Amino acid sequence: MTRIKFDDQFFETEPSETVLQTLLRHNMQVPYGCRAGVCQSCLMRCLDETPVPATSQMGLKASQQKENYFLPCICLSENDMSVILPHADDVWLDGQVVDKYALSSNVMLLKIQSKEPLAFFAGQFVNLRNKAGVTRSYSIATIPNASHTLIFHIRILPHGQFSRWVADEVAIGMSLNFSQAQGSCHYIEGKSEQPLLLIGTGTGLAPLYGIIRDALENHHHSGEIHLFHGSRDATGLYFESKLHDMAKNHTNFHYTPCVSGENSDQTIYMKGRANQIALEKFSQLNGWRVYLCGQPDMVLQTKKMAYLQGASLKDIYADAFLS
Amino acid sequence: MSEILNTANATLFEQLGGEGAVNAAVDIFYRKVLADQRINHFFDGVDMDKQAAKQKAFLTMAFGGPANYSGKDMREGHAKLVQMGLNDSHFDAVIENLAATLSELGVSAELIGQVAAIAQTTRADVLGK
Repeated sequence: MTRIKFDDQFFETEPSETVLQTLLRHNMQVPYGCRAGVCQSCLMRCLDETPVPATSQMGLKASQQKENYFLPCICLSENDMSVILPHADDVWLDGQVVDKYALSSNVMLLKIQSKEPLAFFAGQFVNLRNKAGVTRSYSIATIPNASHTLIFHIRILPHGQFSRWVADEVAIGMSLNFSQAQGSCHYIEGKSEQPLLLIGTGTGLAPLYGIIRDALENHHHSGEIHLFHGSRDATGLYFESKLHDMAKNHTNFHYTPCVSGENSDQTIYMKGRANQIALEKFSQLNGWRVYLCGQPDMVLQTKKMAYLQGASLKDIYADAFLS
Repeated sequence: MSEILNTANATLFEQLGGEGAVNAAVDIFYRKVLADQRINHFFDGVDMDKQAAKQKAFLTMAFGGPANYSGKDMREGHAKLVQMGLNDSHFDAVIENLAATLSELGVSAELIGQVAAIAQTTRADVLGK
């Protein structure tokens, strides 16, 4: 018999009972569908360091498996487990603003230092919460580091409740709450020779930048890495010199800034949408790993096209957000 | 009778290569379906990861493997699509893609026939007849 901790309560499993059955028997409100490990509606995450039974991770992405995600409907627990629903942000951590500056006319960099060590993968996102309780999700644009700092690229919207607050009121030294890192859009160890295609629009660059640094600096990724960063006009692009420098220092990294609107300098930028330019250049994506971040329509459409052009669904990592 | 049928099905599943064969087939099969102009509009806007998982369940069943869903599930799952005009011609197109997938994987015509025959048993439920 094992004990399942969920929602601050402990539940004992019956012999040969799945984790889902245990939770439902105790009238816990959890989503589920097929009860057969197929539909993934009941997806949960185990917070323990002990790996969950591998059979309960059937069909999940490698990144989800690594983060101890599992399907409770096909999980017979071998140990006590502490489990949460995928996006439960019940834990808020304390941080302090240590830097803030403009990356472009409408994007600000915000750097936060965590009061305690934190675990995350470059490319994951956290929820940031200000004093007024306004909460927004932002991707982490850096790799884990000894000073426990997190960097975010914040697009300043004219009437954005959170982003205007960042632009107008946030000062260095101010405290801020943030959630545990979430999301499956991050670098996976192994297959270091696999070619990577990363496509981002606007501040969709933030997670991709973290992923690329993680691949190059921490994992010495040897396969080709192609980044396409797009925006309607050139002011929406940033980090250009940084990325050009990275391409000079790493022969396997290639950077293509793309501008879809009129009047762009075509000696500096590719003219067109980043996703279309990338998919035209690489029409055969068999064996590639693909990362997509940015506007939901672009992400959904590109995910489908990348799959139709040969990428396996398990190798497509996407993070859609409203920009 | 059902016992004999089950034995025959298990053999088919093994002959095809079990779960590994399903995994290889689902990637090719779903790609063919999404590229097929006759039927791909039924898949607009769906969550691709969840849809691929459903395709895998369907292929497992058609391969004679363990089936986890009933005729009622099939009926309910496709009811909206029937309202959108899903009919026999679309079902035929799916079977055609299934056969083409297996043929691409080097499966013999005889086994393809057996898989198609199992898939055919879902026709009435899928089309809400």
